[in-house]
Amino acid sequence: MEVIDEIVAEFLVESYENLDQLDRDLVALEQEPGSRELLSSIFRTVHTIKGTCGFLGFEKLESVAHLGESLLSRLRDGEMALDPQVTTVLLEMVDAIRALLAQIEKTGEEGAADYAGLKSRLQAVLDGRPVEGAPEPTPADSPVEPAGVSPASQVPTAQVPATPAATPAGQDPADGVDEAGEAASEPSVVTVEVPETAAPAPVAEPVAEPVAEPVAEPVATKHRPAPTTAPVESPAVEESAAGARRSVADSSIRVDVDLLDGLMNLVGELVLTRNQLLQRAATRQDPELQRTAHRLNLVAGELQEEVMKTRMQPIDNVWSKLPRVVRDLCVSLGKSVRVEMEGRDTELDKTILEAVKDPLTHLVRNSVDHGVETPADRLAAGKPAEGRLLLRAFHEGGQVIIEITDDGAGIDPVTLRDKAVSRGLLTREAAAALGDREALHLIFQPGFSTAKTVTNVSGRGVGMDVVKTNIERIGGTIDVISAVGEGTTVRIKIPLTLAIIPALVIGSDTNLYAIPQVNLLELVRLESDQAQARIETIRGTPVYRLRGALLPIIDLREQLGLSVVEHETTFIVVLQADGRQFGVVVDEILDTEEIVVKPLGKQLRHIDLYAGATIMGDGRIALILDANALAKRAGMVGEAATGDSGPDQATSTGDRVSLLVIGLSDGRRVALPLGAVDRLEQFQTQTVERVGGHEVVQYRGQILPLVRLDRALQSYGDAPEGDLMHVVVCRHRGASVGFVVAEIHDIVEEEITVRTHLDTGGHQGSALVGDFVTELVDVERAVSAIDPSLLAVALAS
Amino acid sequence: MSRQYCTFRLDGHLFGVPVESVQEVLKQQELTTVPHAPAGIEGLINLRGQIITTLDMRSRLGLQPRTDSSSVIDVVVRTADGDVVSLLVDEIGDVLEPGPEYFEELPETVPASIRGTVTSVCKLDGQLMLVLDTESAVRLDLEKV
Repeated sequence: MEVIDEIVAEFLVESYENLDQLDRDLVALEQEPGSRELLSSIFRTVHTIKGTCGFLGFEKLESVAHLGESLLSRLRDGEMALDPQVTTVLLEMVDAIRALLAQIEKTGEEGAADYAGLKSRLQAVLDGRPVEGAPEPTPADSPVEPAGVSPASQVPTAQVPATPAATPAGQDPADGVDEAGEAASEPSVVTVEVPETAAPAPVAEPVAEPVAEPVAEPVATKHRPAPTTAPVESPAVEESAAGARRSVADSSIRVDVDLLDGLMNLVGELVLTRNQLLQRAATRQDPELQRTAHRLNLVAGELQEEVMKTRMQPIDNVWSKLPRVVRDLCVSLGKSVRVEMEGRDTELDKTILEAVKDPLTHLVRNSVDHGVETPADRLAAGKPAEGRLLLRAFHEGGQVIIEITDDGAGIDPVTLRDKAVSRGLLTREAAAALGDREALHLIFQPGFSTAKTVTNVSGRGVGMDVVKTNIERIGGTIDVISAVGEGTTVRIKIPLTLAIIPALVIGSDTNLYAIPQVNLLELVRLESDQAQARIETIRGTPVYRLRGALLPIIDLREQLGLSVVEHETTFIVVLQADGRQFGVVVDEILDTEEIVVKPLGKQLRHIDLYAGATIMGDGRIALILDANALAKRAGMVGEAATGDSGPDQATSTGDRVSLLVIGLSDGRRVALPLGAVDRLEQFQTQTVERVGGHEVVQYRGQILPLVRLDRALQSYGDAPEGDLMHVVVCRHRGASVGFVVAEIHDIVEEEITVRTHLDTGGHQGSALVGDFVTELVDVERAVSAIDPSLLAVALAS
Repeated sequence: MSRQYCTFRLDGHLFGVPVESVQEVLKQQELTTVPHAPAGIEGLINLRGQIITTLDMRSRLGLQPRTDSSSVIDVVVRTADGDVVSLLVDEIGDVLEPGPEYFEELPETVPASIRGTVTSVCKLDGQLMLVLDTESAVRLDLEKV
């Protein structure tokens, strides 16, 4: 019985491969409906599946495949034209075959579903117009008709024993007819369709016969002859049927991934032994030994590389399934999307490829479902009706970048912020403080969906967070860039292979640690006097000014629970994790190396700080640090400043902001975000004119409304004396507004760390700016506090 | 059928593990400590390219911490599901093959830290051998229960 299982397993593996090919071909066929080459390839594939499952006694599978094959043969012979309806039915057939195979894989049986609906649809297409339209069906097809007309029930019973027999129908009637019994009329169906099979059949036959004979009885009744005959026959028949496509397969063999993993481990050990030998050889004065050691060195190195390669597969293995996904989605959503691929031969480790399969599919579905608009909307927006989905893959710095770009509606950060607030994920203030890029990252939050309506495809609020988790699990990162109205790009960065990654090796205390290159941005070296000057502390938290931006610093020793020591020279490793940058102080920086990642034992696996361990050239063990976990452990939560925060984010705590500090007439200090300030002007007091109840001045050919900031902020000190008044001209929503102030103090750029909510009501609280408590003014409120109509005046001018 | 036991000493006690679960016995290997590791984990050793977790059996069994760790021994065991773990012991003993009649249940008065991992007691001449269950000895979460 074990033999059967083995055969069935092989059949399954092969059939899955064939199905993948089928999906690709069918979608490609829709693009060029006339291609005989594609049709022949599809026909051959279905035929192979049908033939093999016939031997193995999978009747339902065979009956489905048979009808599909009949339909295909007609398409191939040009008797029927391919239209969407036919394609859909064919794809449906492929799905049915896939489902049946899955069932067989699980239970060894075909299951209860009989696919009658599909079969009748296939039959309907077969019986449709083309049949009547074809004046003189070729001999090849005419026998199909009776088989088709008599419903499927007859087909399987007759055909299972017939298939092996059918091949030699002409040459070896005894075998075929005897077994098939009353179904003798049926074999002709197969014979005609498989002219190529004739050649190898004689080879298979003699071997099969003696085996088949003794079991003739059960064979005829139970339709399970396959196990005995198939081992010999199936490869032979298939080879000829698959014909041309097999040439590639012939030069390759299937190997279990576990075997490769084992090989990989052994090579790792070999490399270590080599290292030890090299060290010993170097100390001996033996030229012969040295030469041998050198040779071993080279061979081991090459061996390692080659073994690595065995695990690499082109990303196309995953991508090739996507056009089908997109096509199905387009049909159900009434959209039209063209899939383009760049870099489909980019290679990735098999394990990684498996891991990115689902995330990629999800992202592509998302792009089609939410990204690309309906044709009508697209035309209205001045875009071509057909959307474009671009998949790109390329190598960059030892990593693979995969981009999924659509030219759809894009993601509106404003909508995202609103959504985050309405879902209770963020407070309104926190949402407003988010930069556009950070806001886009909200889509990776659990329970966050921006789909206006929930479709059966996506929008149920699960998904993007899972995608992110899955990508991060394999040491990758994900980013999203979007322009409203232009489209969205999702960028995934993943390591080439999980087994070997480039990493920076550092020392802390007596131990070695490896930090994956993915997370590494740069290295900073500070001598002790520099370190004292450049590393500042905010409430005990050390920060370093890295090109003007503040970088939070953590000490690795502290994070590892070791005693912190003073260093002569401070080494800072600048890392990026989860969109945050931070510096890690380490004792020493050793080297960047390609390290072989080994998992930690069960007892240590729960410590998220380590992503694994590796063995260095000298046999020492280095733990691999997980930068994300390190950041989390150090208490870095939320999005820290990454240096690109806009000036209008003056309010987000901890950001570096530029402020214009102004004095009010009662001596209070207030600050305006510098980004809102256009110019600082001085006007003669007599130039102020009045429009209705408002003060205005003529300014650069326009009428500039003035706002007395004293009044807006309830400052009732003495109004400044003199002819000149200071005016801060601000741009607000496209209009200019002049704030009349008592005094202009300074422009400062600093980190706001100490702040309260105390202010003159409704503003943005107060903070310590340059040693003074300063109220932060919200321009919008300051303006609206006076008179909304004032803005209208300004706009009108 | 009597089984063979690989014996070792810990804080004066004699322990035994079924010989078929022992992969090899090594003199102390260079240990790499693991910060934040749970108690009982001594560190990692490099066993011919394989990274193996080392458990300190003294701490594992709630015995006195050792004062002199210059001559400890790594007993490398393999669990049923293929995990390889090294157990740090004081001293290695002989392989013994006592008959089944020597074995007895562990008295109920023995501390819980030992009860969880020791399955039975073997009454040898002049001393007792505690039979260690390899599977539970390497399962750390047991301590929490």
